[in-house]
Amino acid sequence: MPEPLTAPLVVEFPFTRSLGPVQSAFLTGLRERTVLGVRTTDGQVLVPPVEYDPRTAEEIRDLVEVAATGTVTTWAWNPAPRRGQPLRTPFAWALVRLDGADTALLHALDAPGPDAVRTGMRVRVRWALERTGAITDIACFEPHDDEATEPTERAATAHASSPGVFADPVTAVTTPARLDYTYSPGRAQTRYLTALAGRRTVGERCPACRKVYVPPRGACPTCGVATDEEVEVGPRGTVTTYCVVNIKAKGLDIEVPYVYAHIALDGADLALHGRIAGIPYDRVRMGLRVEPVWTEGARYPDHYRPADEPDADYDTYKELL
Amino acid sequence: MTREPVAVVGIGQTRHAAARRDVSIAGLVREAARRALDDAALTWSDIDAVVIGKAPDFFEGVMTPEHYLADALGAVGKPLLRVHTAGSVGGSTALVAADLVTARVHRTVLTLAFEKQSESNAMWGLSLPVPFQQPLLAGAGGFFAPHVRAYMRRTGAPDGVGSLVAYKDRRNALKNPYAHLHEHDITLEKVRSSPMLWDPIRYSETCPSSDGACAMVLTDRAGAARAPYPPAWLHGGAMRSEPTLFAGKDFVSPRAGKDCAADVYRQAGITDPRREIDAVEMYVPFSWYEPMWLENLGFAAEGEGWKLTEAGVTELDGDLPVNPSGGVLSTNPIGASGMLRFAEAALQVRGRAGEHQVADARKALGHAYGGGAQFFSMWLVAAEPPTT
Repeated sequence: MPEPLTAPLVVEFPFTRSLGPVQSAFLTGLRERTVLGVRTTDGQVLVPPVEYDPRTAEEIRDLVEVAATGTVTTWAWNPAPRRGQPLRTPFAWALVRLDGADTALLHALDAPGPDAVRTGMRVRVRWALERTGAITDIACFEPHDDEATEPTERAATAHASSPGVFADPVTAVTTPARLDYTYSPGRAQTRYLTALAGRRTVGERCPACRKVYVPPRGACPTCGVATDEEVEVGPRGTVTTYCVVNIKAKGLDIEVPYVYAHIALDGADLALHGRIAGIPYDRVRMGLRVEPVWTEGARYPDHYRPADEPDADYDTYKELL
Repeated sequence: MTREPVAVVGIGQTRHAAARRDVSIAGLVREAARRALDDAALTWSDIDAVVIGKAPDFFEGVMTPEHYLADALGAVGKPLLRVHTAGSVGGSTALVAADLVTARVHRTVLTLAFEKQSESNAMWGLSLPVPFQQPLLAGAGGFFAPHVRAYMRRTGAPDGVGSLVAYKDRRNALKNPYAHLHEHDITLEKVRSSPMLWDPIRYSETCPSSDGACAMVLTDRAGAARAPYPPAWLHGGAMRSEPTLFAGKDFVSPRAGKDCAADVYRQAGITDPRREIDAVEMYVPFSWYEPMWLENLGFAAEGEGWKLTEAGVTELDGDLPVNPSGGVLSTNPIGASGMLRFAEAALQVRGRAGEHQVADARKALGHAYGGGAQFFSMWLVAAEPPTT
């Protein structure tokens, strides 16, 4: 039995976010080197701000500016930063309660090593040079000595009269998300793929209901028992139903219109999907008998073409619809 | 111990649109929840638990968004549950919430479903490039179009039935201020001549992609007695599942759908759904699913569903109005679409459906399905409380 196949599967999308009024103000503020919090009904200042009071559920919109300096409330050392994290060198993940805030913000703290980090230490924002209105506008936090710093160092104070009001606010951000998997199709599919490499299609028969599954999954979903009797099916089959595709599918280099069909290979008890070619699209019909067309090096048939034989009678495939 | 009767006393939905860039996800769900509370004349503190549903997380890329939404939904310090059943999730979410009241676990439950499809990519999220697998050859419509063709072959339905459904639903949507599509210049001819995307499905016979949310407040008898407007009473609710693919699967009329409907009718004492049910909100993402579901849900004999559509029976002023709200064909925030069906059924029996009110609707069915026609959820609501 061949070892099950494996391959990397990367799922990555650039999701967009509409920010709503509070996150819009917060992120636009970061662009302008200002950190905003929101005041709750009972006077607490939450940083980062939220739209709804966690205690009363009331809508809260009272934005207030807090300092760019604060205190570490707890932390964890990250000895091996991963792709996409704020710093490339080892750093501390820290919860920082900014001066004027009642809650802490999670961010990276740049420090030479874990011995240089402690709960209660004073830190300040290190602003990114290029700021776009994103949490990464705070490049990270860095240790801060209050004694050595001029109290007027903070950048933007012009907004203090109406916090959160900015020209050209950021209203949406793009947040890429990525997941890295190692995918294995399992033993049954591996057997199927190994046979396909020799241009043979194999299914597996359920010992209970006697149905032949193509592609095999190693178990019958109806009876819940293992299927291990291998059955060769096809190569010819019957078009059970189909549609004519008139819009180009993303990432597919196929001229439209084309026919996307359900094909019951001879001996299989359910249809698989394939493209029909070698016949004008408007002459494809239910019951058409077809055979696979292979191209060099391909894992699957490129398409199916009409086989030189009469159409199948509806009664022979109507149970497979 | 007997079951506690469940009443729908509050219903709210957002204005649905292709993109609600004016609100965050929190702001979107809040809009629906706030309207449901207002309808019930309740406040956040009156809610004992929150049950929320949406399509898979990768649609918007927010993992377990229910946790982040606890603030917006007043759920802090209360049970907050998430339900997952693909496109049927809006329906099953409402049923899970109803069960909590039925079983007297909670007295008043807020249930909500949403999707912000403009921030997601439903097409990509459902079509991952899985190694070793044959690439998908068509989009969502391509998945369903062959089943529509199979229905037409099986029943001999004429080509134009799908266009009739789309024309009806889009006109109904004109009477629903919350609907996404308001095609004021719609004509049957425009539907019929719209581009053929996945033959036999035309562009105008497909659902839009929407941002939106729907919320309901479910409560017990005591809660219903305090409600300012007439409640809708739950008479039956059920869910059924089956695999996407198995030998013998009937894609045209899935067994799980038939069994689910039969269970609901048995609970509600319905023996002749065609005669006893006054309005239906069913999940019709492609217009041909109306006649297909009419058969699957027992409103017509096998092969006869299209005749009801063709005869105008399912029109707003017909004998069995289907999708008076405009349906999924006019509004489709995927995760919320099932709950919108359930909520619109409840609005009908409460007499609060506004311009798309079906006259004298006393019993209505809400229906949702999802995945590869593999998850089904339905409820039957009525103007009168259940007698047993």
